[in-house]
Amino acid sequence: MRRTRMVPILYMAPALIMLALFVYYPLVRNVVNGFYEWNPFTSDRSFVFLDNYLRLFKDPVFYKVIKNNMLYAVISVIMQVGLGLVIAAVLEDKIFRRFSTFFRTTFFIPVLISMTVIGILFSFIYNPEVGLLNSFLRLIGLGDLAEGWLGNPKTAIYAVIFVSQWQSIGYAVMLYVLAVQKVPGELYEAATIDGAGKIRTFFSITVPQVKEMTFVLLIYTVTGSFLVFSEVYVLTSGGPGNSSQVFSTYLYQKAFIDNEPGFASAIANVILGITLIFYFVQNKFLKTGEE
Amino acid sequence: MKLVESQGDSVRQDGKLGKIVNVNLKSTKSKSGFSIVVGLIFLFLLLYFAAIAYPLFWMVINSFKTTAAIFNDSWGLPKEWLFSNYTTAWEQGVSSYFMNSLIITGGTCLLTVLVSALCAYGLTRFQIKGGKFLLLFVSAGLMFSPQSSLIPLYELVQKLGIFDTYWALILTFTAYRIPLTVLLIRSFFLSIPKELEESAYLDGANSFKVFTKIFMPMSRPILFTGVILTAYYAWNEFLFSILFIQTEDLKPITSGLLVFKGALSTNWGVLMAGLVISAIPLIAIFLMMQKYFVRGLAEGSVKG
Repeated sequence: MRRTRMVPILYMAPALIMLALFVYYPLVRNVVNGFYEWNPFTSDRSFVFLDNYLRLFKDPVFYKVIKNNMLYAVISVIMQVGLGLVIAAVLEDKIFRRFSTFFRTTFFIPVLISMTVIGILFSFIYNPEVGLLNSFLRLIGLGDLAEGWLGNPKTAIYAVIFVSQWQSIGYAVMLYVLAVQKVPGELYEAATIDGAGKIRTFFSITVPQVKEMTFVLLIYTVTGSFLVFSEVYVLTSGGPGNSSQVFSTYLYQKAFIDNEPGFASAIANVILGITLIFYFVQNKFLKTGEE
Repeated sequence: MKLVESQGDSVRQDGKLGKIVNVNLKSTKSKSGFSIVVGLIFLFLLLYFAAIAYPLFWMVINSFKTTAAIFNDSWGLPKEWLFSNYTTAWEQGVSSYFMNSLIITGGTCLLTVLVSALCAYGLTRFQIKGGKFLLLFVSAGLMFSPQSSLIPLYELVQKLGIFDTYWALILTFTAYRIPLTVLLIRSFFLSIPKELEESAYLDGANSFKVFTKIFMPMSRPILFTGVILTAYYAWNEFLFSILFIQTEDLKPITSGLLVFKGALSTNWGVLMAGLVISAIPLIAIFLMMQKYFVRGLAEGSVKG
């Protein structure tokens, strides 16, 4: 009898051990670390209780980070969840459907390219002298708008956010196309017979019919915006002068460049808190992952 | 694709003009389709298409140029096609990043799917005390982002002696992919009828034999989805990659390209060639098996 009880545990053991070791243990340890300050090169370690957090809440960069991540989230939601659905609906419309596969495949290609490649490519595009963007602006007579996009603290975060949108809209379009294709065709026929126009049909049939996908994408986009790392790291590393700093790059900088692991642990715990809030919102509104 | 049939011969009406142009149910191909609005939307699609395709095209054509040619005329086609940029890029490091990425991605896929399938089997095929808790333990892993555990994980990887090896990435990637992959495979295993395994048990098979001979072969499609999702993640992962491997010869593409960029800041053509080489594999796989890829992403997004 004992043997049979052990068998299922044996099957699960590799997964459970890996999760415990690489996901849960570091997570718990980081929560504890948030109350300590130490130097990575010596063994000094002192309990400072809430000092890391108090310092964080007084840190102007922290508010810059929150602002940048919120900006990231708002723009991403408008472009990916909003525009993404409009594009998907247009592509699935009868007039454009014969081009649908071509367009959505092209729009999806950036999703497949790693952010390092895209980031380096865009650092060329944003190059003040020879970059594509400025030479395009000069070409169409808008040379005055030419800018050192990544070097200017006012534009850096927008330039980075744009790259994210460039990469990710295609992902939302693809998922929305799948969702729109699942909408029963009779609904559209009925709307047409009732004399509803395209825009009306979009709002009263397409939008409500794909609302589950909208919700999934909304959570995905907002969470992603608060966790964004690679595009910021590759394009600006949070600069110039912290102007494009986001949570993850700030965490990275404090932990591995400025060698302030205790303070960085506090940042990591704030990130943890934010992701948990999003997760509970998701679970409250949507029951997936169960069956 | 299904929708094409179901909507193929319905009445169409141009919403903007607000009047029924087509009375005849069959003739859907009327001229009314080309109103100004349709034209504007089409223009928008083309502009968006250009915004996506042109930078990629630009990357490809400039990968055949000398640095001077890129500076002088970055818009035009190369006067002389420098295919040697590709061999230079390949020899100056991209080949080793590429192989490292292949090994890390392959190892992660194999380990993730194997470990997750075993776990899903244990979760679905046995009545055990605490089964609910174990399921929660696995699926709650979805909630936590790597950022929140990054610093202790960095120390742990060093303590385990796997820092600066492929294992540092393979093991951590796998751990973070287990929750999603287990949930995917579990929902498939739940749909496999009990009778199948019962008859196998009557024939004297043990549970491991049932797993390898019945469950694994039957689950091929979902395992494949798991592999695709894991490969997509592992090939593009960035945060762990720049931290856990510091030796240049062991770096995967994502972090290696940054070193490559630093070393080649004066040779843009070769750098572009390196970018193109790095971008091609996933695009090629996607174009070859778009259906599976998209289905995988859809399933993954709903679970995640």
